[in-house]
Amino acid sequence: MMDSSLIRARALRKDYGTGEGLVRAVDGIDLDVAPGERVAVMGPSGCGKSTLLHLLGGLDRSSGGELWFHGRRIGQLGERALAEMRRKEVGFVFQAFHLMEELTAQENVELPALLAAVPPRAARRRARDLLDRVGVGDRVGHLPSALSGGQRQRVAIARALVNEPVLVLADEPTGNLDSAATLDVLRIFEELHATGQTLVIVTHDERIGVTADRLISMHDGAFVDETRLSGGRRSLGVLIGLEERASE
Amino acid sequence: MSRLRVILRLAGRDLRHRPGEAVMLVVIMMAATAALALGLLLQGTTAHPYQTTREATSGPDVLATDFPSGAGTPVSPAALKQIAPLARAQGVAGNSGPLPVAFPVLTFNGRTDAVLAEGRNLAPAAVDQPELTEGSWVHADAVVIERSFADALGVHAGDRITLNGRPFTVAGVAVTAAFPVNGVGFLEGSSQWPNPGLIWTTTADAETLATRQYPLGYVLNLKLTNPAEAENFADRFDPGGYTDNTGGLYVIPWQLISHQDGLVIAHEQKILLVGSWLLALLAAGSLAIVVGGRMAEQNRRVGLLKAVGGTPALVAGVLLAEYLALAVIAAAAGVVVGWLSAPLLTNPGTGLLGSAGAPHLTLPVIALVVGIALAVATLASYIPALRAARTSTVDALADAARPPRRHARLITYSARLPVPLLLALRLASRRPRRVLLGGLSIAVTVSGIVAVLFARATLTLSPSGPAGTADPGLSDVGFISQTARENRVLLLITAMLIALAAVNVIFTTWATVQDSRHAAAVTRALGATAGQFITGLSAAQILPATGGALAGIAGGYALFTAADQGASASQPPAWWLVTAVLGTLIAVAVLTAIPARLAARLPIAETLQGDGT
Repeated sequence: MMDSSLIRARALRKDYGTGEGLVRAVDGIDLDVAPGERVAVMGPSGCGKSTLLHLLGGLDRSSGGELWFHGRRIGQLGERALAEMRRKEVGFVFQAFHLMEELTAQENVELPALLAAVPPRAARRRARDLLDRVGVGDRVGHLPSALSGGQRQRVAIARALVNEPVLVLADEPTGNLDSAATLDVLRIFEELHATGQTLVIVTHDERIGVTADRLISMHDGAFVDETRLSGGRRSLGVLIGLEERASE
Repeated sequence: MSRLRVILRLAGRDLRHRPGEAVMLVVIMMAATAALALGLLLQGTTAHPYQTTREATSGPDVLATDFPSGAGTPVSPAALKQIAPLARAQGVAGNSGPLPVAFPVLTFNGRTDAVLAEGRNLAPAAVDQPELTEGSWVHADAVVIERSFADALGVHAGDRITLNGRPFTVAGVAVTAAFPVNGVGFLEGSSQWPNPGLIWTTTADAETLATRQYPLGYVLNLKLTNPAEAENFADRFDPGGYTDNTGGLYVIPWQLISHQDGLVIAHEQKILLVGSWLLALLAAGSLAIVVGGRMAEQNRRVGLLKAVGGTPALVAGVLLAEYLALAVIAAAAGVVVGWLSAPLLTNPGTGLLGSAGAPHLTLPVIALVVGIALAVATLASYIPALRAARTSTVDALADAARPPRRHARLITYSARLPVPLLLALRLASRRPRRVLLGGLSIAVTVSGIVAVLFARATLTLSPSGPAGTADPGLSDVGFISQTARENRVLLLITAMLIALAAVNVIFTTWATVQDSRHAAAVTRALGATAGQFITGLSAAQILPATGGALAGIAGGYALFTAADQGASASQPPAWWLVTAVLGTLIAVAVLTAIPARLAARLPIAETLQGDGT
């Protein structure tokens, strides 16, 4: 890959099952994501958008097509290299948070740094800084069970950022949140975008989708529409709308 | 009644739904119950062959011996005068002897051993005429060898042996009820001739085999008018009691000889009983681990049961019924296996005619074995069943994992360790009870292995072994034969312990895999490699196994001394113990690698989509 895309997918495919039970979750997708871009993929439940995100982040392997990340063909990477990629270059934010229940907010955030062999003291410092940055600096010692949904998602975002990844992949990041918490998360993404962080957000919530630079619609595993948006203006409008709802 | 029927139907359905696990549980419990049944069934099983041999050989009711009390000490004329009148004592109905006994050294095929050479007439004796099983009776320069001794020595009719360097032909092989088989215990008190084999020669040959160092002794076989009075008769003439035959007049009743024959399997019985308790402990651990692991998988089923109106008591009842049913099946199979395999161990050797056959199954033995199996199953499944019954229906339907334990200090400390160890400590600390069970399982197994090592060291190095005989150059074939029997039982128990422990290790690892699949998927999504995860998962089992193995050394020593009732134990060489511990840890590492590798293949994305926190 000679262009400047951070992600480039060509005829990307993911199948489950065989024969009559074959399900094509991702069906021949072409996608380019430039560094610093914020892309939203929208579609109804079961359209394959989460599967696409897992393929982009190296959590799953494709059944066909080509996928490049930072100039490397992901399909040719071994398990170890994929793990290293996830550790150093990709941050995940999940709808269900996926925090370790027995670890405090700070311990959850510092875990990827420890996996990346960052010295414990430095990992702890980074975790505290990030938790301050996402607004839960006063909850560092709390277990996930003692945090609200919004707070948990902010901890998960801090965890995704701890190794300074070039790409953050968010899978329905506000799917389990109320309006106020959704607003908080969107503000954080807004700040991240402002610092040049590349973001790919998968959502079925149109209010979130329109905050992106580019909105891609997905149906039955394929892209059906793509719209470039004037991100700042749209984001502002959505945020104002959400603020109003949150204050009701 | 209908409630009970519902419980039984649901339990039956679940067992049929997972036949593999049910079979595995039955096998685990069956191994323990079979060993237990075997240990309980062995009591008194040699009496029948002794009686058969006694009748066939016209065995004595009382045996009187008068042996020299030390090297170079001739039997005094007074002592001869003391033994001879016994033949005319009140209550004696018949006799053979006094017969001269020499104490030569036998050599065959490069092996030497001490023997009692009893001088016999060519004509059959009225009391104790050995029953030939091979060849012909004694004649000049031709001897007959007692069968258990011949068997241990590997000698047959027609072979050539030497006695004190003088060549003899083996005329035949015979059995007797006058001396205990293998000579075990009978002459243990004698410092010069502690455990001899038995042969018969002509009277003239016996007399010529006597030496200045080892002069002749005498044997008198007596038949009483009332054989039941044999013990009283012996007490009358040997008031010192028949503990050790250290020389001088020694009078023993047939009951003691029968008892000595029983001692041949007494050690096996002790080993089996101790081993069966260890196996029962391991089986309890296995069950607790398997049941705990199954509960993690059955969460959703519990939720469904509750959602359709099942009470907590019904849920607990279904789960308990499953394991109690399996325990009953396993105990029944275990009793049958123990009963059928008992003859393999109760064979008294070739010293007696016939065999003990399968011991009688008694109601108390069956009740005890089944009762213990039910107790083990109840203990192992009660807590998981209760926990499942108390799980909230919503959580169970959502298949939410039981919240893991948090150990703050350990989490902080583990942050400084390499990633595999970090993962290992955190995985282990999530379920401390499972870690404890895993460690205990290894401790029990290593205790068994170490006890076996102490037994081996004691058997080969103890003063009653070959090194302790009058002449260190003599190989005590009777002792070696007995040791071989005990080794066989030790090996059987050790193999069963190791097999059960291996099953435990695999189950523990798999239960950890099931339980931590969400944590593992998250950790791998965050960048841990499959290799780090596999190593971490293995290390999570090896850490408690190390503690268990070290505790097992102390446990094994305690077990051996307790089983040996305070008898002195010989310390096995240090490298035996080091090898046992290292071998155990290597085995644990290899066994955990299998489920750990399978776990590493679980798709991350799929797991994450199924769970949520």
